[in-house]
Amino acid sequence: MERKIVLEHIDVEGIQHLDVYRQHGGYLSLKKALKSMTPDEVVTEVKTAGLRGRGGAGFPTGMKWSFIDKKSGNPRYLICNADESEPGTFKDRYLMQHIPHRLIEGMICAAYALGANKAYIYVRGEFKAVIGILNTAIKEAYAAGLLGKNILGSGFDLDLHVHSGAGAYICGEETALIESLEGKRGNPRLKPPFPAIKGLYQCPTVVNNVETLANIGWIVNNGGEEYAKIGIGRSTGTKLISACGNINKPGVYEIELGLPVHEFIYSDAYCGGIKGGKELKAVVPGGSSVPILPKELILKTIEGVDRLMSYESLSEGGFISGSMLGSGGFIVFDEDACIVRNTYNFSRFYHHESCGQCSPCREGTSWMESVLHRIENGQGKTKDIDLLVSIASKIEGNTICPLGDAASWPVAAAIRHFRHEFEFHVNHPELIKNIKHGNLEKLDVKN
Amino acid sequence: MSEKHFKHKLYVKENKAVAFSPTTLEKINTIISHYPEGQQKSALIPILHIAQEEMGGSLNVDIMEYVASLLSITPIEVFEVATFYSQFYLEPVGKYVIEVCHTGPCAICGGEDIMAYLEEKLQIKVGETTSDGLFSLKAVECLGACGSAPVMQVNTEFYEFLDLTKIDTILAELRSKKELKKPEEQTWKERLS
Ligand SMILES: Cc1cc2nc3c(=O)[nH]c(=O)nc-3n(C[C@H](O)[C@H](O)[C@H](O)COP(=O)(O)O)c2cc1C
Ligand code: SF4
Ligand code: FES
Repeated sequence: MERKIVLEHIDVEGIQHLDVYRQHGGYLSLKKALKSMTPDEVVTEVKTAGLRGRGGAGFPTGMKWSFIDKKSGNPRYLICNADESEPGTFKDRYLMQHIPHRLIEGMICAAYALGANKAYIYVRGEFKAVIGILNTAIKEAYAAGLLGKNILGSGFDLDLHVHSGAGAYICGEETALIESLEGKRGNPRLKPPFPAIKGLYQCPTVVNNVETLANIGWIVNNGGEEYAKIGIGRSTGTKLISACGNINKPGVYEIELGLPVHEFIYSDAYCGGIKGGKELKAVVPGGSSVPILPKELILKTIEGVDRLMSYESLSEGGFISGSMLGSGGFIVFDEDACIVRNTYNFSRFYHHESCGQCSPCREGTSWMESVLHRIENGQGKTKDIDLLVSIASKIEGNTICPLGDAASWPVAAAIRHFRHEFEFHVNHPELIKNIKHGNLEKLDVKN
Repeated sequence: MSEKHFKHKLYVKENKAVAFSPTTLEKINTIISHYPEGQQKSALIPILHIAQEEMGGSLNVDIMEYVASLLSITPIEVFEVATFYSQFYLEPVGKYVIEVCHTGPCAICGGEDIMAYLEEKLQIKVGETTSDGLFSLKAVECLGACGSAPVMQVNTEFYEFLDLTKIDTILAELRSKKELKKPEEQTWKERLS
């Protein structure tokens, strides 16, 4: 199942530089696209590839591109979403840091397909080192005539700039990102109109994730049909999975979609099993927003079928017994992890990151945080557990952007699958005081 | 409404003249040129980063009004943005701002121990600055480096796979007033190590 597309040649010394990247086949797709394909042909290849957005929602990329308004005559924009702030997700940082030209190459092809002459990479402000690496790579590309006016003599112009955020998870949501890029607070916009019609500066805009764009060069080079052969069913291609938590080998892995979850967790090629020889308790497979699943349900579906790393398999069973592939942020919890403490932690995160525009999200996330804080600290009551379920259900679906849903799903799922832990907290306040959260190796050094 | 309702810290004006150096102004004009004609407001966040870095580590009203004038926008447009994003500090901070990630993946790998240890070593609570003005301690949400948990950031530098011994070394190094290397000055190997 070893298959590298976006991370191909990642281990080559100096691959972050243009000359080395080109020696390894870099920017060949550009020649092919600009010289022998029309923009619409590029869109068609991406559609045939079945590539789905890697930012979390999994929306088909070719289809998104075909929605862009080409009739209005307004300038069009391409934005790369490199805000990467979903807890558990750190794949885009890895990609940009090690092989920045893969992204730039993909963006030039994508901009050509969309007829965009200006593109931005919106990077979260904390990634200062990444911003430096990207700027160096962009400079190299300009100097080689791969960016700027009349790229490779094709008559196509593209300006590409890096734009830095300043610490706000909500700016990963595409319309909040656009507002932020316009120099405003990151308040999501009501949709419709969708960015493809009215996006940046009210002009047609496509926002794509880093990893999504990094796939485009390969698709142009090898054709959509070849891409569609990789993976399983409608989950075509590969996916970057960032694995973290209580495992032996945290890190970023490129897997062919369809890899069994069991193999991903226990094989030495990936997570390498649970740290310290402990038992697996639960997994959040797609970034903090997606439902947590206990061991039995992450390894097998409720029907007893092996769960696979794919959009369809991970969501099988809906939210009753399934979860989502999401952004590929794979967080593993061992037998000693406290699910209540973690749910409180995630709730605090969403409360902190709510932009505050809609009352269900602003007030609801605050309520969930304080009720969970109460339970976690041994002051909760049994009825608080149902109160949480009720608050979560009232936020979900009633907000401007999906952050409201993202805040309620983890709470609802944790109670659905680990109600006994919540009840234990309520019933044994004296015992939970001694639970230590998180294991730091070498904890004893100061003694 | 009485005067005191407006006495939020943010609105304290020192009336000090502030200005960027000609080199910085040049850098800023380049940034503005990255956005279409008439959309210079887009440069606001990048410019606030530069202002904060060059003008003492945090933003005050004088600085924000100056930035507004550079971009021909109103001061309130700058205040709105500066108060929204967590990387902008509206109160003075120490020379080194230590930001410890306290989100789930870091927490289950010992992030809470790191925070408690720092509080003990620096003798301050989260949100405070040491009396010598050297360190500020902050808790931040996921820094996008969960695979190397627990993680913290000091000014712009990431420290990963932390344990208590590493904290001792880092603090000693910072105390010895060794300047942090700016990310753009590091080799990419140094950055990844
Ligand atoms: C609260 C919230 C945070 C998000 N954060 C990110 C992010 O950090 N990176 C990202 O690529 N997409 C993020 N998204 C998804 C984007 O809105 C958008 O769907 C995505 O960038 C589209 O790119 P794709 O189709 O290539 O996946 C987020 C969505 C929401 C609702
Ligand atoms: S759901 Fe939350 S984050 Fe999204 S727009 Fe509403 S208040 Fe803001
Ligand atoms: S949770 Fe700490 S870096 Fe992601």
